[in-house]
Amino acid sequence: MAVAQPVGVYEREDLLTGCQAVAEGIRLANVDVIAAYPIRPYTEVMDAISKIIADGKLDAEYIVADSEHSQFEIVKHAASVGARAFAGSSGTGWMYGFEALVVTATDRLPVLFLVGNRALDDPGAFGVEHNDALAIRDMGWLLCWVATAQEALEHVLLGYRIAEDKRVMMPMALAMDGAFLTHSQHIVRIPSQEAVNRFLPPFDLAERRLHPDNPVSIAPQVNEDWVMEIRRQNWEAARRARGVITTAYEEFNQVFGPRYKPPYYFEEFQTEDAEVVLVGMGTVAMPARTAVRRLREQGHRVGYVNLRWFRPFPTLELRDCLRRFRAVGVIDRDFAHGAPDDGGVLLHEVRSCLYPLRERPAVVNFITGLGGRDVSIQDAIRMYQITQEAARKDRLDGFVTWVGVRE
Amino acid sequence: MSTAEKVLVYDRIKGVKQIPLEEFYTSGHRTCQGCESATVMRQFIKAAGPRTVVAGSTGCMYVANTSYMTTPWIVPWMHTQLGAGGSSAVGMAAGLRALMRKNRIPQEKINVISFCGDLGGGDMGLSGISGALQTDYDLLIIMYDNESAANTDIQATGLTTWGAQTTFSPVGKVQRIMHRRWKKNVAAMLAVGHPNCRYVATACATFPPLDFLNKVRKALSVGGPTFIHTYDPCPKGWDFHPRYSHELGELGVRSGLLPLYEIIDGQVVYTYDARKTAKGRIPVREYLSRQGRFAHLTEEDIAYIQRMVDEMWDEWEVPGVAPFRGNLKVPA
Repeated sequence: MAVAQPVGVYEREDLLTGCQAVAEGIRLANVDVIAAYPIRPYTEVMDAISKIIADGKLDAEYIVADSEHSQFEIVKHAASVGARAFAGSSGTGWMYGFEALVVTATDRLPVLFLVGNRALDDPGAFGVEHNDALAIRDMGWLLCWVATAQEALEHVLLGYRIAEDKRVMMPMALAMDGAFLTHSQHIVRIPSQEAVNRFLPPFDLAERRLHPDNPVSIAPQVNEDWVMEIRRQNWEAARRARGVITTAYEEFNQVFGPRYKPPYYFEEFQTEDAEVVLVGMGTVAMPARTAVRRLREQGHRVGYVNLRWFRPFPTLELRDCLRRFRAVGVIDRDFAHGAPDDGGVLLHEVRSCLYPLRERPAVVNFITGLGGRDVSIQDAIRMYQITQEAARKDRLDGFVTWVGVRE
Repeated sequence: MSTAEKVLVYDRIKGVKQIPLEEFYTSGHRTCQGCESATVMRQFIKAAGPRTVVAGSTGCMYVANTSYMTTPWIVPWMHTQLGAGGSSAVGMAAGLRALMRKNRIPQEKINVISFCGDLGGGDMGLSGISGALQTDYDLLIIMYDNESAANTDIQATGLTTWGAQTTFSPVGKVQRIMHRRWKKNVAAMLAVGHPNCRYVATACATFPPLDFLNKVRKALSVGGPTFIHTYDPCPKGWDFHPRYSHELGELGVRSGLLPLYEIIDGQVVYTYDARKTAKGRIPVREYLSRQGRFAHLTEEDIAYIQRMVDEMWDEWEVPGVAPFRGNLKVPA
């Protein structure tokens, strides 16, 4: 990433975990209402925010709720009166509040949630799996994965900017890998309040806000008379979000310097002359990039594509990117039991995005890192080797490989 | 009149002629004839007035009340989920407080009211209501109790009277009584568990006259989170002619089966005294026999309900409210 920044844009540097970086973002976004409920690993963000509030650095209503369902409903209704609101969760906690997540999207209330990805029970596991956040993929949420603490802080600001845009008005889920990012420390440059204010306008729910001066009825029963048109509006908003996301990153770069490169939805690493690439989300980027460097030392033309935005899915941009390669290996840190070809969730998205091409790269799939299992550099090298092999084959058999599993 | 009632300052409606003429819940809903829950809606918002925001949980007062394009609500209203009666109120109150403190909307008193049914509030939403009553926000949660999932086809809930026939508790060839749960004592449970909650009450929309209106006024005046449980006879669900709705409510209260009281700063004030020592209470039979849902009860069943009600009023430490039997055993 380019490092040249305009002077005065950052107030300080600090050593922060991913969760603490999000808390700094919440402070800078001047969030009005925060609802907390504990579950590992996202919960550290609430530890950090409660201290920020206790120290008088953020003026917000802070509520410790009785459950995730209440936590999510509280922020949903806080947003309905026009407040900027924040909550978050992990794993089964996220699923416990799922009903509230769905209505937050269908009510088009642009709250921001942190999802510290965690394996779903049973059996209990604290470690990362992406199935929790992925569960909302069809519900009308913006959904994006960050891979560093710096990105995490910045995507709180970008998240509110995009979610609250009049053309979008969708809730935003900011996902990060449990432990590997929620609890790992990075040097983070913390923007100044002045710079943030230039980038992020105040939240204005306008004619939809619930207030005695604006006596509207929100979400009455519609049945078959209207629900299809309302779904269509959600669908159009999700489509419009793509343009707004691009604009938001451009504006971000104008204020903070060239932090992000087009097409913004994903980040390419050493792909210029690559024959095969891996595509993944989250912190698996670290071993994958190291593997790229090592393999390139041996003369292999490999690269990595780190997918940041899952919803809206960058169909055209990713298609244009991946068509250049002979084979694509999709890394799923999730499971989709019984899905076509028994592949993971991301596989189906990527493969579907490539299907309209007449000349398509070969696509293979890796299920790995479940329940927080480490994905090593050696694992990544093996995934590259399998993908290289796929590039040479006419026909793909057994193209889903579980990497790092005892069989 | 108790001491507690004297110190609670509120804008009391002293007579029928003082009831505000303005309606904030008007045409547009399609509730049934004789719907007492609709009366609860109409009255609470009449008592609260226009500077109010309302959240309504899923239930018959959502589905039958608010069809798209024909809302009956003159005040701002929003749907909330079945179990979100408490959390929706907290969210609105927190949002309004933050925005006022940060000078983004004018400072003023805005009433925050959330309503939920007995299924949504008394069963599923109990945890959320408990959470709301632990906050310091000014809000009122009204649980309108028609003793069933009335929109879903009259299914039994935790607040359905023992023995009642519902679509989940039909009368069968082998089992006469499928609903064997005693009515959950929600208001007192909430009062006991939330000592900082200053006002908890039970009410019946039409008996005694003006009572519910004034209870809403009190709840909104006292400060902090408050809770009112209303008993709403439901002609469709309870199987009686709609013309008797008000009468059924009164009979339920006078039989002692539906105790009416307020708990103000921990002090119990009876709205209707159903203890034998007072005017006395009518036999439960006079209430039960007017409803089709109890038509299958035998003499023994009615005697059982009567015995339970007698215990409530004659043996409970706090009659009709708290089922402790006195005789505290204190270790030496």
